[in-house]
Amino acid sequence: MKIAVCVKQTFDTEAKIVLKDGKISGDGINLIINPYDEVAVEEAIRIKEKQGGEVVVVCAGGDRATEAIRQALAMGADRGVHIKVNDPDVDEYARAVMLAEVLKEQGADLILCGHVAADDGSSQVPTRVAEILGLPHANVVTKLELGDGKAVCTREVDGGMEVMEVALPAVITCQVSLNEPRYPSMKGIMQAKKKPIANVDAVAVESKAKIIELALPAAKQAGKKIEGEPEDTGKQLAEWLLNEVKVEVKQ
Amino acid sequence: MAKGTWVVVDQRDGKIRKVTFELLSEAQKYGDEVTAVVIGKGVEGLAPELGKYGADKVLVADDDIFAVYNTGAFVAQMAAMIKEYDPAVILFGHTTMGRDLAARLAQKLGVGMATDCIAAEISPGKGVFTRAIYAGKALAKVQVEGTPILATIRAGVMEVVESNKAGEVVKAAVAATAGDVYQNVKEFIPTISTRPELTEAEVVVSGGRGLKGPEGVKVIEELADLLGAAIGASRASVDSGWLGHEYQVGQTGKVVNPNLYIAAGISGAIQHLAGMSSSKYIAAINTDPEAPIFSVADFGVVGDLFKVIPVVVAELKK
Repeated sequence: MKIAVCVKQTFDTEAKIVLKDGKISGDGINLIINPYDEVAVEEAIRIKEKQGGEVVVVCAGGDRATEAIRQALAMGADRGVHIKVNDPDVDEYARAVMLAEVLKEQGADLILCGHVAADDGSSQVPTRVAEILGLPHANVVTKLELGDGKAVCTREVDGGMEVMEVALPAVITCQVSLNEPRYPSMKGIMQAKKKPIANVDAVAVESKAKIIELALPAAKQAGKKIEGEPEDTGKQLAEWLLNEVKVEVKQ
Repeated sequence: MAKGTWVVVDQRDGKIRKVTFELLSEAQKYGDEVTAVVIGKGVEGLAPELGKYGADKVLVADDDIFAVYNTGAFVAQMAAMIKEYDPAVILFGHTTMGRDLAARLAQKLGVGMATDCIAAEISPGKGVFTRAIYAGKALAKVQVEGTPILATIRAGVMEVVESNKAGEVVKAAVAATAGDVYQNVKEFIPTISTRPELTEAEVVVSGGRGLKGPEGVKVIEELADLLGAAIGASRASVDSGWLGHEYQVGQTGKVVNPNLYIAAGISGAIQHLAGMSSSKYIAAINTDPEAPIFSVADFGVVGDLFKVIPVVVAELKK
């Protein structure tokens, strides 16, 4: 089975966001594979280990995106495609068009992605890619079983879980509870250096949604902080809940 | 020329999610006719409820094919109705259904879109939406032009206001066919819980590393049930296996904005703070007086949650 995985390089989730000249500054920021995409990489490798095949990692991003691809290769993916995109503010529409263009050529049996990116939190790109490619999709998948040219997906929906079947090829987006991504081994890291990464230019496409202003949220002021015996502090907290927040107590 | 605001109703088996009423209330501000769009099976009876919260009209697409949400049939139906009625703005809740439907529809229409928005300014042919990016560490204003303007809005940020509109039913021709369906939904397993959903709850009681184990979970559960609250978790307590990932609050979990957030035994890593610091009131209990959670807490107690929470519970019960 040929599996394509779309990964996005994002800021470390512990990174503090700083604005510089009205833009988000990447200075000194540790970059990682979007944690949800990392789960997609892991899932692809597990499928390959079980039934054979090839895992291709596709990443649209700037020069440093190579690091994200190398990490996926070190985990066990076979080769990478780096779509050169220098504008970090490219919107979801344009990003989907760029990825779809490359995925079309790859002709994978299965396309795996994270269901959301930890940076922009849009949850748009994989579903848009599926629409462009005319493929079925299943979002927010927590369990994936493949067989007979189809995928049986257990997925999170509002108010519960759903079991859904789609025919392959399909686009499937992963929730973090799907698996626990491995750390690359030393051997994997060494091997990754020799694995091929194809560099391609992004297809020319204009963004339709534009970021016109960035700001940092107003810092929340620390309020009261009390120490002491639990009998006293607990009582004060209860009083605050009742008198200030005006909570309703269910008996 | 495109006109009117559509709110896509988020419902399952005739039960409407609260975010739909939030969007109907929000849509009143745009000064245009508001239409609630409901696609489902046996859903016409929802019209009065939708009218109560601001729907002038209720556009109903009712058919067996819509009995269970599936992207293909819903997108085909939406696209056909958009072509016929030409709305200017379409709002969805940023729920699993809303974002799934909106993303595929947006691409089919070839339009840009802003998702998970927390504020909206609509003018003719233009929408400017505020989005909390990096799980709330920064705010971006995103401009979308053209028609229709699509956006998904986060649950719990817009206020619900009753405005008692007509809710006049307009029956739409069913445009989706069996050929549009590419997802075969086999089963729905509802979450059995007496507690509210995390992203919709008015009160959230969350536990972190300080829970120390399943015993700690019981401690926060007792407080949560007393307050009618949802349970939340930090990454530490999820990674330790005490609570499932569906409870996780933060950049790799859910973003919540309840009226009250109680953080018990949570130090307040930046990725957790990002997911909850927009809560109206925050209380924190932690043994470490230097824990970052205190920097966002309105009321902080330095102490052991195993000792403090039982006192709070006893006091509240009085």
